[in-house]
Amino acid sequence: MTSTDGQESGPRRAGSAPASGGTRPGGRRPRRDRVSEALWGYAFIAPAGLGLAVFHLWPVLQTGYFSFTQWGVFGGHTWTGLDNYHRLLTDPEVARSLVNTLAYTALGLVGIPLAIVFAALLNREGLRGTGVYRTLFFLPVVTMPVAVAMVWRWLYNGEYGLVNHVLALVGIDGPHWIADPDTALFALAAVGVWSGLGYNLIIFLAGIQAIPKEFYDAAAIDGAGPVRQFFRITLPLLSPTAFFVSVISVIGSLQLFDLVYVLAGSGLTGRANPAFPRIQTVVQLFYDRAFLTDDRGYAAAIVMMLLVIIVALTALQFRMQKRWVHYG
Amino acid sequence: MGKAARWCAGALGVVLTLSGCSGGGTGAGGVGSGGKGGKVELSYAAWDNNQKKVLEQLGREFTGTHPNVTVKVQLTPWTEYFNKLKTSVTGGSAPDVFWMNGPYFRLYASNGVIRPLDKEVAEDKVDLSVYPKALIDLYTYEGELYGLPKDMDTIGVWYNKALFDARGVDHPAPDWTWSDFNRTAAELTDPGKGVYGVAAQLTSFQEYQYNTIAQAGGYVISPDGKKSGYDQPETIKGLEFWTDLIEKKHSPDLQTMTDTSPLQLFEAGKLAMYWGGSWNAGEFSANEYTKDKVDVAPLPRGEKRATVIHGVANVVSATTEHPREAWEFVEFLGSERAALAIGRSGPLPARDGTRQAWVKDHPRFALTTFLDAVDYAVPFPVSENTAAWNEAELTHLTQAWTGERTVGEASAELARAMNDLLARE
Repeated sequence: MTSTDGQESGPRRAGSAPASGGTRPGGRRPRRDRVSEALWGYAFIAPAGLGLAVFHLWPVLQTGYFSFTQWGVFGGHTWTGLDNYHRLLTDPEVARSLVNTLAYTALGLVGIPLAIVFAALLNREGLRGTGVYRTLFFLPVVTMPVAVAMVWRWLYNGEYGLVNHVLALVGIDGPHWIADPDTALFALAAVGVWSGLGYNLIIFLAGIQAIPKEFYDAAAIDGAGPVRQFFRITLPLLSPTAFFVSVISVIGSLQLFDLVYVLAGSGLTGRANPAFPRIQTVVQLFYDRAFLTDDRGYAAAIVMMLLVIIVALTALQFRMQKRWVHYG
Repeated sequence: MGKAARWCAGALGVVLTLSGCSGGGTGAGGVGSGGKGGKVELSYAAWDNNQKKVLEQLGREFTGTHPNVTVKVQLTPWTEYFNKLKTSVTGGSAPDVFWMNGPYFRLYASNGVIRPLDKEVAEDKVDLSVYPKALIDLYTYEGELYGLPKDMDTIGVWYNKALFDARGVDHPAPDWTWSDFNRTAAELTDPGKGVYGVAAQLTSFQEYQYNTIAQAGGYVISPDGKKSGYDQPETIKGLEFWTDLIEKKHSPDLQTMTDTSPLQLFEAGKLAMYWGGSWNAGEFSANEYTKDKVDVAPLPRGEKRATVIHGVANVVSATTEHPREAWEFVEFLGSERAALAIGRSGPLPARDGTRQAWVKDHPRFALTTFLDAVDYAVPFPVSENTAAWNEAELTHLTQAWTGERTVGEASAELARAMNDLLARE
């Protein structure tokens, strides 16, 4: 996503650069050189790889194993085979939290066009105070999610919240946004989109700035206005960026937890929110089973299910990209 | 978002790994080990920040009589307390002495992760008759006592005198009934000002449903702890007490209470009455709005008088390396001196002879109400895995509170779910 020198470049796929950074001479080199180069390569990625293996890969494998077991409250587990997975299939809470999570994910994708539009607007020449705008957009990203959720909890309050106060000025009697089953999911998704906007915006801005200026100059000479330039140049050339953002955003939405946990009620009391069945997410259900009712084996099965869904949706996106992503 | 999920998965992994290495509990016995003139540090876990200072001071006093022992108070906020405790017990790093409550007690006792204290109680001739019997029973599992009661709580009706006087409504009489209560709630409800008579809080069964269920003659769990009482007509009546108030709009609806908690409404002058515990005395006497506007009355009588009694106890980890010192510290915390000090910091001490001092320490309110309530108190309903059916209570009764289903339907469904969970214990 770095700026290019303005030449029409080839596909900018990751991994096309040589690993060791040296320029590769034309012919084949002696085998010993290649082996030693590979060893050095592995040595350099070893610290990161080790961390990944110990803190990510190993827990995933363990969780996979534990999903076939049943747990005592204070540890100790017994192998129960596919029991947890059988239970998954008939648990209404699994079904509904899955539906809710997919709905969040779909709504979260709204953030992508929004971020592109804002990025294009922020990139306009002659716009003053871009630094201020960018800071404002990025602020939610660097703010603690819990703090963000607490502020929104107040904004959304049915009786005393700012949102309904403003609506009342124009004669609208606003709902209890996060306690009304009809609005809660949308209200939460809106906060999700809002808080992720800054992050997506920065990536799109970088993407836009990587588009060679000559294209716009040529288009202007041919008589294309800013709107036409946006749809004919910016949008197609941003598609690799949009693809990246959509993959990241789908994975993030599928793992939604803290926002709902703080904003709409946590733990046992969260269940007293009338909207709870409509907003409960998969990770939230995992948390309740693992830490509230001490059903850790079952909780492990729930996240394994989520892992499979994430892998499947990501694979699907990679397959679909041929249809809409233009590289270079 | 992703971070939290990954953290949880990671934490689970760590928990699971640790549990693999931890040894089993040692159970009873082993008294007198540890110490040997060396320095001993006892860890003491608690959740109430208001009591941190007094606990630390008591720790120092204990060091005064046991020069080789120091006490380190570990404070964890209430919402995280039992999660963290469970994790540290599982990981083999349980605090030596910690606070325990009713809903979790049997889980810890039945899994052998806390020590029975009968032997020490007998050896040191500790007088258990100074504690309410309901609390000793609460912390007895299969005939063995595991905890010394620290403080106790009963429930009363906190009411806003200013709102009563403004509408010319008589303050609650000590012998008032359900119908008196309902009439008062109706008289105090003022939709124009957004004031409600009371809030039918769903999330705090100890202050709300458990009391009215007992007053209606129903029960939550059978005395042998094997059957749910939620399908009993009397129990259902105890729940309808609250849903009727919502239906008549004398209580805010559930959506409103989800947005703004009844305690917040009460402290903002939007609720005339608030069912709360003796523990609220500390908060209400510190709050600028409530300190000279509220007082407390006994719960109204249904078919009979009843209040739930509950209390926190100090328990000793089964894996502590210093069982003798830990026990002596628990014994000291149960002493009259410690009870008086704790009472001054807010909660009502469990020990006879120290409660009057607590009443005197908070002279603004008619706190004898909470002491008198001990006479007709019923035990807090628990089983081995209370948390599991506590979740079911909320899942099913939410539908009755919103009016989606009748109380009868939701409660019957809850009884079935709870019986399933009890059968698995």
